[in-house]
Amino acid sequence: MYMEKTMANQEAPILFIKHLVTAFDTEQGMLRAVDDISFALKKGTTLGIVGESGCGKSVTALSIIRLLPRPVGRIESGNIIFKGTDILLLPSEKLHEIRGNRISMIFQEPMTALNPVYKISRQLGEIYHLHFSDMDKKQIFKASIDMLNKVGIPDPSRCLNSYPHQISGGMRQRVMIAMALACEPDILIADEPTTALDVTIQAQILELMKNLQQETGMAIIFITHDLGVIAEICHEVVVMYAGKIVEQAMSEDLFKTPSHPYTQGLLSSIPRLENKRKATLPIIRGMVPSLSEMPSGCRFQNRCPLKMSICETVSPAMTTLSDTHHASCYRLEGRK
Amino acid sequence: MMPDQSNPAAPILSVNTLKMHFPVSGGILRRTKGKIYAVDGISFTVKKGDTMGLVGESGCGKTTAGRTILRLYKPTSGDVIFEGKNLSRLPKEDLRKTRQHMQMIFQDPFESLNARQTILEILEEPFIIHNIGSPQERSVAVFKLLEKVGLPKSAAGLFPHEFSGGQRQRIGIARAIALNPRMIVCDEPVSALDVSIQSQILNLLLDLQKDMGLTYVFISHDLAVVKHMSDTIAVMYLGKIVEHADADLIYRNPLHPYTKALISAIPVPDPAFKRKRIILSGDVPSPASPPEGCRFHTRCPITIDRCRIEEPELTAHNENPNHLVACHRSSENPERL
Repeated sequence: MYMEKTMANQEAPILFIKHLVTAFDTEQGMLRAVDDISFALKKGTTLGIVGESGCGKSVTALSIIRLLPRPVGRIESGNIIFKGTDILLLPSEKLHEIRGNRISMIFQEPMTALNPVYKISRQLGEIYHLHFSDMDKKQIFKASIDMLNKVGIPDPSRCLNSYPHQISGGMRQRVMIAMALACEPDILIADEPTTALDVTIQAQILELMKNLQQETGMAIIFITHDLGVIAEICHEVVVMYAGKIVEQAMSEDLFKTPSHPYTQGLLSSIPRLENKRKATLPIIRGMVPSLSEMPSGCRFQNRCPLKMSICETVSPAMTTLSDTHHASCYRLEGRK
Repeated sequence: MMPDQSNPAAPILSVNTLKMHFPVSGGILRRTKGKIYAVDGISFTVKKGDTMGLVGESGCGKTTAGRTILRLYKPTSGDVIFEGKNLSRLPKEDLRKTRQHMQMIFQDPFESLNARQTILEILEEPFIIHNIGSPQERSVAVFKLLEKVGLPKSAAGLFPHEFSGGQRQRIGIARAIALNPRMIVCDEPVSALDVSIQSQILNLLLDLQKDMGLTYVFISHDLAVVKHMSDTIAVMYLGKIVEHADADLIYRNPLHPYTKALISAIPVPDPAFKRKRIILSGDVPSPASPPEGCRFHTRCPITIDRCRIEEPELTAHNENPNHLVACHRSSENPERL
């Protein structure tokens, strides 16, 4: 039901990522953590970026919001186009109008993202103070209470008067969401927002994000390693492996007909409740090569059950399987 | 070889009303101000060669339960009977000897491996502690262990930081099986690993169980993983077991409202999967001051007055004597709840 409602306005992309390359300066030289990725985010929808640690999903998020650690991390090339303007070309004062205001972000561990020595009231109030300079104290207090109510915090005035350590993990994540939504952004980037939470609390937060999206029409980029969460909340999915996008599809298509061997391997290796218990799980053998030892050709070759000789020499291009389904694998070419 | 092989159904481990309370001190004089009721009276038995899954959310006491079973903590009260010996009353020297038969695998293999020791030294240590073999015999045993857990011989000379998370967990497993234990407590063994590595480690644990006839107590917050690995599952909430039954049964027909909510909250990797989700309100109360009556009543969607006063016992359900549940309303018609 949720899907159908928000899919209606899917024709209008609000953010384009084009050929983004982000590199880090390390002892082994410049290493590309994100290597030539492109995707579009449509208004009012949720795009999931899924992949394992080191695949570049968080670096993609930090590139969009331009929070890469300086000076080691930098965007080497590509465009990030938000509502027609390339964010990468903006001077920093112009960037302030977008970051936090039009595009905001929530992080995995709300304890480290909140300042432990200030009360919630000050941290949430600061956002109104920075972005709406004409608001007075009373208005800020009222707006803060409204915002905390919106994210389902039971006793907002007590919460405002608390320090971060005095509230639970689920409540802290709600405060983070309240802070991210204070300016009614067009895009919310959520980097593993529920990974540190218990499943029953995770269910509450996912429900909350769906409801807020319907209310405000914001677009969400949801970064996670959990394919279950992706199926739960995302309309469209980008699967990343070792800095590249290997498959991109509408959520239903990805789970119904996973096409890249990596996606197939991931989906079949997850233990499922309906499986026969204690049965041997299908596995993806080996592990992700490190960025400094990336092979030429396909990056998944050392783990791929379907490897051919061409996979060792040239990196496969994206094959279009349908208008909305793409994957980069030689096995798929000519099989549209 | 094993003393109880004639009777395979005999429990290798039985835990009776085990309690582990931690004192909380405060003030200038560090006087005891209160207690954390981490494990508050749990009982169960595990059959030889079986896996019992222990599942629950953070702070429910599952890790404390696992450590108390191995006598890494001295229990406040209650008994842990392992192969007929009551570990809670065992003298120190006997306990040390018994320890080679029961081992533990930890969540974070990096923190549990000494960063200054090579893999050879790490894996040799159990043999040295228990005075087994000559140096040559020990290194032969270490190479055998490495092979068993799927690591190359060359791993022996390396240090823990030179391995990935999955490989480090293999080292943790090798150390745990070094002395041919009969029972292993696995505490969140795959929670810190990537999805594609998780299945490799789960398969390894299943293979070792088959080869060595191991008994596992498998602790995890991930119900899908626990369901895959276990013969029976016990669900914990705030220091108590609220439901305990066969793994398939508990998933097909959960009786406790907390188990129902837990199962319905698992994200399923299939957008077409439809279900009625039970969203619990609120957070888990603090184990320092658990609520009166049923501990779940503050979040339970079907609380009645009785739940606030009287604590339900873990008892057999009237339809299946092997399905244990602690809920006043478990025998009512589910349609009417």
